[in-house]
Amino acid sequence: MANIISDETIEYVGILAKLELSDAEKEQAKADMGRMLDYIDKLGELDTDGVEPMSHVFSVENVFREDVVTNGDDRERLLSNAPQEKDGMFVVPPTF
Amino acid sequence: MDILDMTALQLSAAIKKGVTTAVEATEQMLSRIDAQDQTYNCYVTVDAEGALAQAKAVQKRIEAGELTGPLAGVPVAIKDNLCTEGLRTTCSSKILHNFVPTYTAEAVKNLQRAGAVILGKTNMDEFAMGSTTETSAYGVTRNPHNTEHVPGGSSGGSAAAVAANECFYAIGSDTGGSIRQPASYCGVVGMKPTYGTVSRYGLIAYGSSLDQIGPLTKDVADCAAVLEVLTSHDEKDSTSIARKDTDFTAALKDDVKGLRIGIPNDYLGKGLDGEVREAVLRAADVLKEIGAVVEHFDLSLAEYAIPAYYTIAAAEASSNLERFDGVKYGYRTEEYAGLHNMYKKSRSEGFGEEVKRRIMLGSFVLSSGYYDAYYLKALKVKALIKKAFDDAFSKYDVILGPAAPTTAPKLGESLADPIQMYLGDIYTIAVNLAGLPGICLPCGTDSKGLPIGLQLIGDCFQEKKLIRAAYGYESVRGDSNA
Amino acid sequence: MEKQYETVIGLEVHVELATKTKIFCGCSTAFGAAPNTQTCPVCTGMPGSLPVLNKQVLEYAIAVGLATNCDITRYAKFDRKNYFYPDNPQNYQISQLYLPICRNGGVEIETEAGGKKNVGIHEIHMEEDAGKLIHDEWEDCSLVDYNRSGVPLIEIVSEPDMRNAEEVIAYLETLRQVIQYLGASDCKLQEGSMRADVNLSVREVGAEAFGTRTEMKNLNSFRAITRAIEGERERQIDLLEAGESVVQETRRWDDAKGESYAMRSKEDAQDYRYFPDPDLVPITVSDEMLAKIKEQQPEFRPQKMARYKAEFDIPDYDIEIITGEKPLADLFEAAVAFGAAPKKASNWLMGETLRLMKEQEVDAGDLRFSPENLAKLIALTEKKVINSSVAKEVFEVMFAENVDPEQYVEEKGLKTENDEGALKKVLEEVIAANPQSVEDYRNGKEKAIGFLVGQTMKAMKGKADPAAVNQMLRELL
Repeated sequence: MANIISDETIEYVGILAKLELSDAEKEQAKADMGRMLDYIDKLGELDTDGVEPMSHVFSVENVFREDVVTNGDDRERLLSNAPQEKDGMFVVPPTF
Repeated sequence: MDILDMTALQLSAAIKKGVTTAVEATEQMLSRIDAQDQTYNCYVTVDAEGALAQAKAVQKRIEAGELTGPLAGVPVAIKDNLCTEGLRTTCSSKILHNFVPTYTAEAVKNLQRAGAVILGKTNMDEFAMGSTTETSAYGVTRNPHNTEHVPGGSSGGSAAAVAANECFYAIGSDTGGSIRQPASYCGVVGMKPTYGTVSRYGLIAYGSSLDQIGPLTKDVADCAAVLEVLTSHDEKDSTSIARKDTDFTAALKDDVKGLRIGIPNDYLGKGLDGEVREAVLRAADVLKEIGAVVEHFDLSLAEYAIPAYYTIAAAEASSNLERFDGVKYGYRTEEYAGLHNMYKKSRSEGFGEEVKRRIMLGSFVLSSGYYDAYYLKALKVKALIKKAFDDAFSKYDVILGPAAPTTAPKLGESLADPIQMYLGDIYTIAVNLAGLPGICLPCGTDSKGLPIGLQLIGDCFQEKKLIRAAYGYESVRGDSNA
Repeated sequence: MEKQYETVIGLEVHVELATKTKIFCGCSTAFGAAPNTQTCPVCTGMPGSLPVLNKQVLEYAIAVGLATNCDITRYAKFDRKNYFYPDNPQNYQISQLYLPICRNGGVEIETEAGGKKNVGIHEIHMEEDAGKLIHDEWEDCSLVDYNRSGVPLIEIVSEPDMRNAEEVIAYLETLRQVIQYLGASDCKLQEGSMRADVNLSVREVGAEAFGTRTEMKNLNSFRAITRAIEGERERQIDLLEAGESVVQETRRWDDAKGESYAMRSKEDAQDYRYFPDPDLVPITVSDEMLAKIKEQQPEFRPQKMARYKAEFDIPDYDIEIITGEKPLADLFEAAVAFGAAPKKASNWLMGETLRLMKEQEVDAGDLRFSPENLAKLIALTEKKVINSSVAKEVFEVMFAENVDPEQYVEEKGLKTENDEGALKKVLEEVIAANPQSVEDYRNGKEKAIGFLVGQTMKAMKGKADPAAVNQMLRELL
């Protein structure tokens, strides 16, 4: 296996992705990610010099909306799925 | 004829004639689901009450002559990653176990406008990540042809529901084969249209640049009719395309004369099951017999589609799934110490293994220092793959091949080795990368009696050619298939 | 010998655009609505929702780019900036990294020494604002309001061309003027519609390489910016003098304490995993679009100053002040159009208006009185219907609630008394009541007449013309 994923990398990616893995899951993730990256490395066989990266398949461009208000107050429904709400707002652990 | 055995078009016609009603069809279908869905588990949520209310309303409008379309009054099953206002939508994930959308996906609205009756929401691989419908947080779905086998995925619940006659047709989504592969495993018709054809507004995103919504139906005629209804130019989806020539049912002509069909040698090589290969080639022969010009050719790059796809899809998914954080909706962990701990615990407990695997991979390939080597490289390979298809379509109207290397595997056999599972997507994935339309329809069964699917791929916006070829094949299939 | 240090400053300025709706959805951007009442599935990150770009945002961004001498990117895209925070409902912000809409611009500022200097603009990009977090002291939690989520912003990133706080303020003033002139934003620091993050490093004078920079956030006024720059310069120099090094980090300015602190956290990896947003399509700016926006560009400050000089007989200093704030210039021109003499209109703006603005901390953009009413007030004084002290009184009321001065003067009975008989009667009473002052005046004490005029005005409740009083008094004595 060419790609060796370190504990630090798994820890770091966990911070980015906001995932907390158990020790067993971490070991599994290291192995899985290493294998996937080995597999993805196959792309290196292809010469892509001068190839434009393709985000969109079609050349659809310039899709705009006009600056007109179309939405009204929908707070009640917005909050209907909130795990916790107070005074018309979502409650989260302190951020200050 | 038992109304539950009717196709969607047949049922709607029967309702219009007064032979039956939308209410009767809905009631019977709900009884059928009640009787057998414990076995198959096609549905995550069945909305019996809502369906009956819709059926009554729709029936009235049919009788009043307000609803005249070919799908009016027909009950449908919707994949559980399409938002339905007031009806729980889970993506088969614990993290959305209690999520009730406040709006309905545009594609579903199009169905409602055409008089559809929504029976409920179908099971799927969690967030559409998987090929077996085994990664669902709400239990596995079983293949109606053999309950020891998977229905495929990720739209496994939708495909199985059609196969088990638990709906007249179903809606799925296809990011890397998630409509076509379960259609293949379940012996039904499934189609992924050209990217941009069906609005993604309200489809809970997996890989935004790859996701498309499409029909799963009993036959090709239903498929064309449903696609015609799903198709619209939606100003709420920037990637939606204003298409002309979307009267897909007009292509339901038994005429493939002169149609140029290419079979990629790459799609018949290593890893392809012998019985599948045989059935697919036999189907090609049938098409040849009825007038198509069939040739073999080298598509090239097929083997690079999977790594490119998993890089792009995982990257987009890692970002798309960031919004599931326990703040605005869905699952929040019971106990936590501070904001970031709340995020981590909610997400770690709320997401299943396969989803976490792809989020981790996606976050890694986008992280500082790796973006160019992985993500950008994959986008360049995508451009090369698109080019390879462009070249192929300069010679052929339709590309023919299998939809999956094997028939449906047994339950529990696939998840152990993710890469092996990903390899099963080899014939479907490139189609999503290139934004092409693809249809899968039954072309036989293997020695175990499991269905084999035939995949036809068209150039962008050439759904009609696909429908024409599929319909032509379907019309004569019975004769040579037996 | 002690080392001499030079401060190197670059700015990231966020400006909220004055569109009616948010950047990617049809929700209103109006300020001050009840929490979460201006939201929809798109700006709250509901599953399945998708963004569609507000065309006006693009047009404003291009207009600002043109006005700041930028190259307009003809093929631009949006990217996702991924980071978790509750004010960011998708946990990614839609922004522009790889192909921002404007690049390579700059504006000219005036330096302290009176010279001119160009501050380069590296790029301008479009992005969405975050929601607001409110701390709940009682329950030790934070509350999230998404009304501001998705409000359009442009971020103007300067080159590290500034060397002190004065240049920074001059640069910000210049940007503010340009953007206000375009009508693209009201640019209020206090309300957060203009926000500046300061990137600062120090290096020894003469050194070529830049030092390690820090980014300072939470600067809500020019005063805070000035103090933060001075504080951070000293902090960095102290570190270097002590043989330590500056850490590249983001710091938050606490204006009450007059110090900053690092916003570091283990959970804050600052690795944003930018990639092109697959939900949005590329933007191509055509020649036609560009030409149309160019055509619609307004008269900017330098042209306006030149025109005022040519058209109106008012002092250069007045021109400088009035054109410095677009709303003042608009008021001035409109009042003149309503018939006010330019010099008079300018006097009212330069005098009473600025005084009350300062006293009551009112921004030029929030002035209430209409130019028509200002013109009317000027007409009332010119026709001597009211005297100048009454006019000032009336103006204060206009300033507070934009009353019609004609109506107000009428209703309150503030007209100058022009009845000579009545005035003479009052004068005679004042003369009789103040024999000492009369005596003093007759003995050559000019001052005494002032006292008598004052007594008369008081007796007339201010409704007399002081010049007329003065003249008649002298005649009587």
